[in-house]
Amino acid sequence: MAVKNYILVCGGTACESAGGGDIYKSLLSEAEAQGVAEDVQIVKTGCFGFCEKGPIVKVLPEQAFYVEVKPEDSKEIIAETIVKGRIIDRLQYKSDQGAKGEAFDIENIEFYQKQYRIVLRNCGLIDPEKIDEYIARDGYAALEKCLFEMKPEGIIDELKIAGLRGRGGAGFPTWMKWNFTKQVQDEQKYVVCNADEGDPGAYMDRSTLEGDPHSVLEAMTIAAYCVGANKGAIYIRAEYPLAIERLETAMKQAREYGLLGDDILGSGFNFDLEVRLGAGAFVCGEETALLASIEGNRGMPTPKPPFPAVKGMFQKPTVINNVETFANIPVIINKGGEWFSKIGTEKSKGTKVFALTGKIKNSGLVEVPMGTTLREIVFDVGGGIPSGKKFKAAQTGGPSGGVITEKDLDTPIDFDNLIAIGSMMGSGGLIVMDEDDCIVDVTKFYLDFSVEESCGKCAPCRIGTKKLYEYLDKITKGKGEMEDLEKMKDIGSAMKKASLCGLGQTAPNPILSTIENFYEEYREHIEDGKCRAGKCKDLVHYEIIADKCIGCTVCARKCPVNCISGERKKPHVIDQDKCIKCGACYEGCKFDAITVS
Amino acid sequence: MAKMTLEELRKLRSSQKSEMSRRDVDGKEIHIIVGMGTCGIAAGAKDALDSFLETIEKNNLNNIVVKQTGCMGLCYAEPTVDVKVPGMPDTIYGHVDAAVAKEIVESHVMKKNLVDNHIVDKPAGDIIK
Repeated sequence: MAVKNYILVCGGTACESAGGGDIYKSLLSEAEAQGVAEDVQIVKTGCFGFCEKGPIVKVLPEQAFYVEVKPEDSKEIIAETIVKGRIIDRLQYKSDQGAKGEAFDIENIEFYQKQYRIVLRNCGLIDPEKIDEYIARDGYAALEKCLFEMKPEGIIDELKIAGLRGRGGAGFPTWMKWNFTKQVQDEQKYVVCNADEGDPGAYMDRSTLEGDPHSVLEAMTIAAYCVGANKGAIYIRAEYPLAIERLETAMKQAREYGLLGDDILGSGFNFDLEVRLGAGAFVCGEETALLASIEGNRGMPTPKPPFPAVKGMFQKPTVINNVETFANIPVIINKGGEWFSKIGTEKSKGTKVFALTGKIKNSGLVEVPMGTTLREIVFDVGGGIPSGKKFKAAQTGGPSGGVITEKDLDTPIDFDNLIAIGSMMGSGGLIVMDEDDCIVDVTKFYLDFSVEESCGKCAPCRIGTKKLYEYLDKITKGKGEMEDLEKMKDIGSAMKKASLCGLGQTAPNPILSTIENFYEEYREHIEDGKCRAGKCKDLVHYEIIADKCIGCTVCARKCPVNCISGERKKPHVIDQDKCIKCGACYEGCKFDAITVS
Repeated sequence: MAKMTLEELRKLRSSQKSEMSRRDVDGKEIHIIVGMGTCGIAAGAKDALDSFLETIEKNNLNNIVVKQTGCMGLCYAEPTVDVKVPGMPDTIYGHVDAAVAKEIVESHVMKKNLVDNHIVDKPAGDIIK
């Protein structure tokens, strides 16, 4: 007999420890006892990500969503939901704001609304290499609407109502950019897409292009129609081969369908674009440097003004937006600016995609409405920190951003709030750190990145990043002085004022933000010669406590440089001169006989 | 159908006329959609895809469409696969290696039994209804 119902029991760690395993077993035996074992299949699933209300049991196809289930509820679940097909009101999850009598829909559960997919609407749903599937999901409907029903002014008005701000990091209103270019009189104008995603840990744009390339093509065509451009370029780094391949496939298909090229859809409007590959220099994410690179020059920024909107690629007016900004546009046109403006906070509308990485259970891409708190992103959507470690900080904005600590976890995330708490939105990389991460070491990593990536054109950035790195290096080696902190602040504020482009202006942010939030940890490194996370090798010292060591020889066998000696069943000793401080002995010791200091 | 590499599959896919593929999809009712973003491929989505094709061929199943898609956002659970079988709930599986892929075909598709311990949830509802 075929299975009619499915019961999904959450088998995530949190639910399991709250009794999920017992529920699973008692459901199985109840199904047997009530004679429906043949009709129902009971399975354990991965975490539903709703751990605070666990254990969770879902029944399909009834769409019952039971929370805080106990093993003794099993009998009722089988008897009511499986045998009679009724949903048990007592166990059913109810949203606090849920109106009574409203038809129940699993997707309306408030929890699932924490993620809201506009940019990623098609990612993971359609085949990115099939234009038909994109078209089936309202693809190119916005372009149709723009070409045949709207005037360029109308498009700008719609974007203005929507309140869309650039997703590349700075948050400049998109309608203003487009309007500047539109108002300049010139025969040749361009539309450029910035797909030079460079922040460590960020891969939102890459995934958008890999999963839904047509959304960007469509939006660029709309932009071109709006400002009066007929040529465009997508600047993407060569290290994204799959994204490039899918973009090119998408462009080819769009041309075949007459959605790119001459006389688009018979409207008389022409637009075509090409893919330009970047070699992966971080500074080329800065728009003037990017345009220089497209022109075939060395990727270095030029002072603004003139802005690219007025004098951009080949000195012609150019609209330049990043991937995520473009991906929003077709939805705004289709659903209206009004609709879009209802999502998000007062000054930051819509959603933001974050690449959630680091010490987080559910690493991945999340798209949440602006105004979601970091706590919700890290602990609800992301599932929290693995192995019960303590949250230390989250880094946003990459090498231009700063850290957000426990005290600011409940700040609603938007462009302005993040700047107010000393970080920035950036392009959307979100790296979570736990107590095992050393804040000075992490900051040094970002500065190392900035030193590498500084193009060297202006002195404040070229020399400043190097000096800052040297101070940090000194501190992690235990040779820092307290006055170094003040010196770093001075250099940092000079760089902010004097650097030519965003790279130098923001490169000191990680330092300024961490000194502000983790002063004590810097002080420990400098005055006590101590690294609490045990990451700064020069400050770490491993020692075997003779009283606790039983001489099991595990540490000696784990040591990669053979610097631990001792006889069996007698306390061992570490040769401090040879020790490379890898920590293998410390992790291997089952008797807590090794200390770190 | 012989076992194909990813490249061959892509070539075949792009060479097919969209009309053709649409007709194919209409006739076939079971969909297996493999997440083929960089994250999925790095985690072994290609092995899973090969295993799907191989198992389907071995069992002479001809009512299944195997498709690719981009990243669903569940990168921690890659490779991810969306399985749609009529009369069964749409299911997303995570951590799908070659063995799990085989099991999905043999158990989920052929016997209508969900595969234990690999089900994950959709990250968000659909905005386009």
